Amino acid sequence: MTELTLSKAIGSGLRRALSDDDRVVILGEDIGALGGVFRITDGLQRDFGADRVMDMPLAESGIIGMAVGLAYRGFRPVCEIQFDGFIYPAFDQIVSQVAKLHYRTRGAVRMPLTIRVPYGGGIGAVEHHSESPEAYFTHTSGLRVVTCSTPQDAHTMIRQAIACDDPVLFFEPKRRYWTKGEVDEDADFPMDAARVVVTGTDVTIVTYGPLVATAIDAAAAAADDGVSIEVIDLRSLSPLDLETVEASVRTTGRLVIAHEAQEFGGLGAEIATAITDRCFYHLEAAPARVAGFDVPYPASRLEEHFLPDLDRMLDAVDRVMGRENALTGWSAS
Amino acid sequence: MLLNPAGERVPNPEYEPFVADVTGDQLASLYEDLVVVRRLDIEATALQRQGELALWPPLLGQEAAQVGSARTLRPDDFVFSSYRENAVAYCRGVELPDLLRVWRGTAQSGWNPYEVGMATPSIVIGAQTLHAMGYAVGCLRDGVDSVAVAYFGDGATSEGDVNEAMIFAASFRAPVIFFCQNNQWAISEPVGLQAQRPIAERAPGFGIPSIRVDGNDVLAVMAATRQALERARAGEGPTFIEAVTYRMGPHTTSDDPSRYIDPLQREEWAAKDPLARVEAHLRDTGVLTDELAEAIAGRADEIAARFRKGCVDLADPRPLDVFDHVYAEPHRGIARQRSQYAAYLASIGEAQSEGEQR
Repeated sequence: MTELTLSKAIGSGLRRALSDDDRVVILGEDIGALGGVFRITDGLQRDFGADRVMDMPLAESGIIGMAVGLAYRGFRPVCEIQFDGFIYPAFDQIVSQVAKLHYRTRGAVRMPLTIRVPYGGGIGAVEHHSESPEAYFTHTSGLRVVTCSTPQDAHTMIRQAIACDDPVLFFEPKRRYWTKGEVDEDADFPMDAARVVVTGTDVTIVTYGPLVATAIDAAAAAADDGVSIEVIDLRSLSPLDLETVEASVRTTGRLVIAHEAQEFGGLGAEIATAITDRCFYHLEAAPARVAGFDVPYPASRLEEHFLPDLDRMLDAVDRVMGRENALTGWSAS
Repeated sequence: MLLNPAGERVPNPEYEPFVADVTGDQLASLYEDLVVVRRLDIEATALQRQGELALWPPLLGQEAAQVGSARTLRPDDFVFSSYRENAVAYCRGVELPDLLRVWRGTAQSGWNPYEVGMATPSIVIGAQTLHAMGYAVGCLRDGVDSVAVAYFGDGATSEGDVNEAMIFAASFRAPVIFFCQNNQWAISEPVGLQAQRPIAERAPGFGIPSIRVDGNDVLAVMAATRQALERARAGEGPTFIEAVTYRMGPHTTSDDPSRYIDPLQREEWAAKDPLARVEAHLRDTGVLTDELAEAIAGRADEIAARFRKGCVDLADPRPLDVFDHVYAEPHRGIARQRSQYAAYLASIGEAQSEGEQR
């Protein structure tokens, strides 16, 4: 076991993947000498060569399209998109080509791409550097979408993503890059299995990526108030491990879903509907969502108002507990 | 140009050597390909008119550009095409019914790319040029001298992906050929809306040498392609070929070119027909006799008849096939929907056993 930050844990996972399989190649802007703007690929080009860790011309569609051609040739490309807000120029290649080529060719062509995306807010960045675009990709069949919340998961899941024969969008919660934790390089678990982080009996909070830590804090705060919260880290956003959520909600009877991404059409709506469908007679209250507002990601000095925080999460807990709170009497219409 | 519209060989010291080995019989074989692919194209258009195909993108007029380039490739080269390169697919050895699966709607693609060295065609314009460039970089990494060929039209040259592919290819000296069939039209938009200068002039700006070739001259296309292949195999990187041709028919069978095509312009291009000039040349040189011409036409008819039969014999996919191959590894969401829909179909008595399916 080694103590690593989440960013170093991803780097060590990439290093292991490069060592274990010589068909793995990494593509991205500034990933060579600089080691990436977040230094995730620090030292990899030096140790594996510019043929394996390739600095790319500045063109996101070009990077993903080139990876498609490499995958056709049997390589396992890992693409780095520098920031969440820069993934859109590559959108067509991801949703029309990467996602569909296996289906289109009836399984003849594999697209084992991993697309790494630093995402989410909380680092005080400027425009286009703090977005949560995961729902665009969970909406596209043929893609797997995962995210991590601990150094251990970051290390294990990046290796799983690279080893997976399907294309994987790997969302990295950039405000948790500096979180430290023990990493067992040999640990393994199913990539699409959610993790029960905190056990509890009154309310289930389902979340992922950057908000897992916030939910853990909420559970601790609620415990002081006599409310027992179970926290579930989804890990995989597509497919969703609804069975783990269902089992929890059957016990607690109350569900809160939290994500930084805008509320409308987000994962929260999907999970609320799926769990209501499965657990209708076990629910004591309608599922509540805590999410980013349906506005463009705001300037950094406003982001504390946009991002769900501990208090908004506790407010949602109050709602599903039927307690007085800021939104009591508030109507969805 | 090596063969003018009258069928006369035109001296061209630069490109002549690339096709000096092509005998009269080999030229006759290329002529047969041209006749066959035109015949297949006409048959497919008829199949669409008869309701057997949902759509067909005719290649009428572009036979020489496609056959001349495709017949020059090795089996281990790899083609990334658009949807109009059905003659290229035929030359790569795609089975006849497989050319029609997409257009009949029985599948999203017709063939296994690895069996014929040709990717499943891209309908999104220009996307495949990046794939060809990436594949070519993979060839470099693997230390093989295979070449990737990207086929696209003049319209595609406005797309960002095509320009990005050229930048990347030049940066990595990728063994890729950018083969642009300038057929003068992007559906109804004339090439002038895409390019103010000859398209081939753009490539040098990316650091890629280019060739502008008469796309209706099968020998010239072959010579240009051979030169590009030679460069790529020698490690000299990408080449851009602009094959100047003309789309004599509609963009697809849903199109109405009478709304935008000047009949006089079409007549001018009809006089430069890619088949007629080879035929005239082979007649003049005594290679093409009436008997041979008749035999070729007969073979084309016979292939077209098999093409038609292959089309109507294509089996419809089974309902649950809709869930197959979305993912390479098991996916719980798809598995759940599949089993639920299977139960639903069973509940309404929809046949599900293999025996009851076509």
